[in-house]
Amino acid sequence: MQDLCTMVHLCYCLFLVLSPLIELKDSQIIFCTDVVSAMLIRATGQNLRLAYLRSLESLDLVKQIEVSEFLFSGDIAALIYLCNPFTIVACVGLSTSPIENMAVILCLYGACSRLIPLAAFGWVIATHLSLYPAILIIPVIFLLGCGPDSPPRKLFLQRHQQKEVLNQSKLPPRFSWGPVIHFAFWAFLWSVYVLVLCGISLKQFGGLWEMFKSTYGFILTVEDLSPNIGVLWYFFAEVFEFFRNFFLIVFHVNILFMILPLAIRLRHRPCYLAFVYVAICSMLKSYPSVGDSALYLGLLGWFVNELADMQFSLFLFCGYVGVSLLSPVMHNLWIWRGTGNANFYFATAMVYACLQIVLVVEGVSAMLNHDRKLRNLITGKPQDAKS
Amino acid sequence: MVLLQRPHILLLLIDTHQFLQCWIAFGSANEEGQQQEEFSEELLVKPLPDHKLLAHFHFQSSAPPSTSNGCHHHLFPKAISQLVQKFRVKEMELSFTQGRWNYESWGGFDPISSSNAKPPGVELWAVFDVPQHHIDASWKNLTHTLSGLFCASINFLESTATYSTPEWSFPPASGNVRYGTFPCEAVCTENLTPWLRLLPCRDKAGIALLLDRPSLYRGFYHSQRLHLTSTESSSEGIDSGIILEQTLTVVLQPNSERAIEVHASEKHVQPSWSLSSIFGKQVSGRCVLAKSSSVYLLLDRGLVAELKFPNKENGKSAANGLTSENFWSNPSFELSVNPDRIFLEESSSHSKSLSILYMFQVEKYSESEPFDIGLMWKVPVAWLCQQTPLHASRFLMGSGNERGAIAISLKSTQFTEGFMSANSKDGSCELRVDVFQVVPWYVKVYFHSLRVFVDQQPRAVSDFIEKIHVSPSKDKMSPGVMEVVLKLPCRVNTAALTIEFDKGFLRIDEYPPDANQGFDIPSAIISFPNFHASMVFLEDDSLNRSPLLSKFQDKCPVMSYTEVLLVPLTTPDFSMPYNVSTIKCTVFALYFGSLLNVLQRRVAEEERFLKAKAAKKTGRLPLLLSKLSAKLRGRRREPLHSPPSSSSFINSKLVLKVILVAGLAVGWQYFFS
Repeated sequence: MQDLCTMVHLCYCLFLVLSPLIELKDSQIIFCTDVVSAMLIRATGQNLRLAYLRSLESLDLVKQIEVSEFLFSGDIAALIYLCNPFTIVACVGLSTSPIENMAVILCLYGACSRLIPLAAFGWVIATHLSLYPAILIIPVIFLLGCGPDSPPRKLFLQRHQQKEVLNQSKLPPRFSWGPVIHFAFWAFLWSVYVLVLCGISLKQFGGLWEMFKSTYGFILTVEDLSPNIGVLWYFFAEVFEFFRNFFLIVFHVNILFMILPLAIRLRHRPCYLAFVYVAICSMLKSYPSVGDSALYLGLLGWFVNELADMQFSLFLFCGYVGVSLLSPVMHNLWIWRGTGNANFYFATAMVYACLQIVLVVEGVSAMLNHDRKLRNLITGKPQDAKS
Repeated sequence: MVLLQRPHILLLLIDTHQFLQCWIAFGSANEEGQQQEEFSEELLVKPLPDHKLLAHFHFQSSAPPSTSNGCHHHLFPKAISQLVQKFRVKEMELSFTQGRWNYESWGGFDPISSSNAKPPGVELWAVFDVPQHHIDASWKNLTHTLSGLFCASINFLESTATYSTPEWSFPPASGNVRYGTFPCEAVCTENLTPWLRLLPCRDKAGIALLLDRPSLYRGFYHSQRLHLTSTESSSEGIDSGIILEQTLTVVLQPNSERAIEVHASEKHVQPSWSLSSIFGKQVSGRCVLAKSSSVYLLLDRGLVAELKFPNKENGKSAANGLTSENFWSNPSFELSVNPDRIFLEESSSHSKSLSILYMFQVEKYSESEPFDIGLMWKVPVAWLCQQTPLHASRFLMGSGNERGAIAISLKSTQFTEGFMSANSKDGSCELRVDVFQVVPWYVKVYFHSLRVFVDQQPRAVSDFIEKIHVSPSKDKMSPGVMEVVLKLPCRVNTAALTIEFDKGFLRIDEYPPDANQGFDIPSAIISFPNFHASMVFLEDDSLNRSPLLSKFQDKCPVMSYTEVLLVPLTTPDFSMPYNVSTIKCTVFALYFGSLLNVLQRRVAEEERFLKAKAAKKTGRLPLLLSKLSAKLRGRRREPLHSPPSSSSFINSKLVLKVILVAGLAVGWQYFFS
């Protein structure tokens, strides 16, 4: 998609300077999609913030954590999503990733606001479009079962043990299977619907099996080796044919391996879990694009309050800026001018992958530290939660 | 017996066995009145306008359909007949070419150029007489057989990504045809030798004696072709008649000493030549196995018009008196040998003047008196060959290694003006042009971007394209094929087709050894179905006509090949496989390790707390139980949680890992066995 970037960058400049109307007309659908996504992000963010405030209130931590300084995370997330150069590039480049992003956001929004059919629809469409969002079913189940992000349940128990009163109404709800079954039903219904529609429209082109083979098969066996911002294209261009299948399995299983540990550790924060999953997918997927980064960077905005103590944020910011400036240059040198080498471009892609890894690892660590901080506040230990 | 009238002692000594067998067969065949296997050798020489000389060797062997002989052949090459029988080949053509046929100066409207001008490298097409689903297997086997037979890398054509199935634009239109080209094949003497081995006399006698390797490969264009047609191959496949046509077309530069001397003073005098000066050899008699053996000298229509024969006006009367002296003793040139016969072309509508063919019988000559025809020019002559209605050329557009465009440009040659005006009776004269283009899969053509320019103006595609058939390429599976029928107005000056493409990226093992040289896009075939290149010569005895002349009479559509394009593709760094794998795997390990570390890390205070808890408990069972429950319920349940004792923790994890790996291995084994 980096090629898109370079081309699109020009378009975007033109778009700003010369003819906003012409460019907008072409990308109207994508543009509307982005705006709708941003609105959904904002609504979900507000929802999350309210839930967070409510849980802090029930933990009686409102005074200790200065709630007045709480940022409006929904607004911030929507702004990050809209003003992110990656989003703009993907939109102006008429990439289809904004549509995939909207399906993911729709799913999370539906799950947060307990609109189960909407959540199921978003999940089915997102899976249908790009396969990887299938793993979002775990955070969605947690979201539906226990409600949006809150501190761990045992903190509440501890708190109430301390106060010697067990006020059930103030406790977060236990895991309830009702909405989950409801969700499963709707997901089944939507997927049958989508498959039937696909089956009808693809009847003359080989049917569903052909569709699976040439969409999911294309995603899973990395066949297209044209350069993108990921690293898999170069890896599979260079790796020996004999090991190709092995590495295909390894890289895809790498996504699956992390699902369980993350789900265990972050199950009380399903939205954050969804963010981490999205970030991991956009890092390890076969054909990543800047649109995927735009999505997880936008979702990151939901957790500005919790992640205030994150380390390396300046480093990450500078890294992202540097990579997004250098990568088109290297691509241009290699492909268009022929003066550069594939390795230069690969190096920027590698740096980008490392930045994403640092972001994910530090983000998870910061969120766990935040939980520790809350616990320490409850148990009254004044020491810093960071280790 | 004709054969025994002029016994060739040397050959008789060499090939006594074969000769005797042949002779017996002749005898028996004559008695039964059956058709017999025939072989004929012919050479056609034609001066070209740009001081060059075209030599066209034509060897034809035919095996009649007969059940009596079984699998035995007297003259016909056994390898070919076996190949036809085994793969049920109905028609096949294989050509090895080096150099590019210069359509502008060597002409494109005569039978020689439209059927013998071939694209560089190897071109193979075959029509099979097998059920539809067996064709690909037959093709695969055929390519391998031919590859072995001709010492060439034709076997690269076996993969589905290299050959295509033309639907209707390719001349032998039928669903059973397969077409493949391999433009980067280097053609050399190793391909010629097996080709010559198919001739009954090889290059030991007859006209093939002239095929001297150094002088052949010194030429500007060299194309050896093998065309076979099997007639009415029945279901048994054994008794099929086969006609094998082997032609070798060379364009050479005659460099006689006199020409060099004259060069300074008279620049425009065509170089004089003789067979011995071109090939360095002479024909010492014919191949005794050949039914006919003759050499022709063809003077082009344009050349004849230029030479102004004295009795050009009454061409018809001259046709009657063919031996009339004034056809070969001309003020402008001189022949060293008197021709045995002279053929005049029948008047055609295409051109005002007629071409002349001089025939020389090789039979009259022997070892002691070798045949050597020479042509001495006296005055400068300049003429033009008859060209195709539109001159086709193809080029690449765009820069960079990301995308580009292929353009096929057709330029009117103004040569067939008369024909066109004659054809346009009702004012709506149309020129039909068929374009057949194969592009390899790594050149990803966007067929929707096809655009037509007529007289340098962009025009609507539907106005000029009558019919189009497109089969998009599949990665590593099949090439993209485009067949277009263009209907252009006759008065068109230029027309161009452009189509855009993206360049694909390949794995390192798919690049050829010299990847930076680029990749070849095979020639496009431009054919003009309304124009037929044929030359009909007036002959008195139609029974004994030569295969070459009867070939000339066939109405084959005018065809021309465009240039081969060289597309540079982006290359990865070929020295990097180990580096890329190690760096990438390191980064992944970093990700995996650090994320797991973050997830299971406990701060010092938690650690101490857990240790204190564990110290309270004694006994293994509760420890294990609590561990189990902690595992099951997650690690957040601190009061009950105990730190896993490192050894057992590692053990359980190790066991899990081992089981996982073993399971994977078993699954893998099962899947691949």
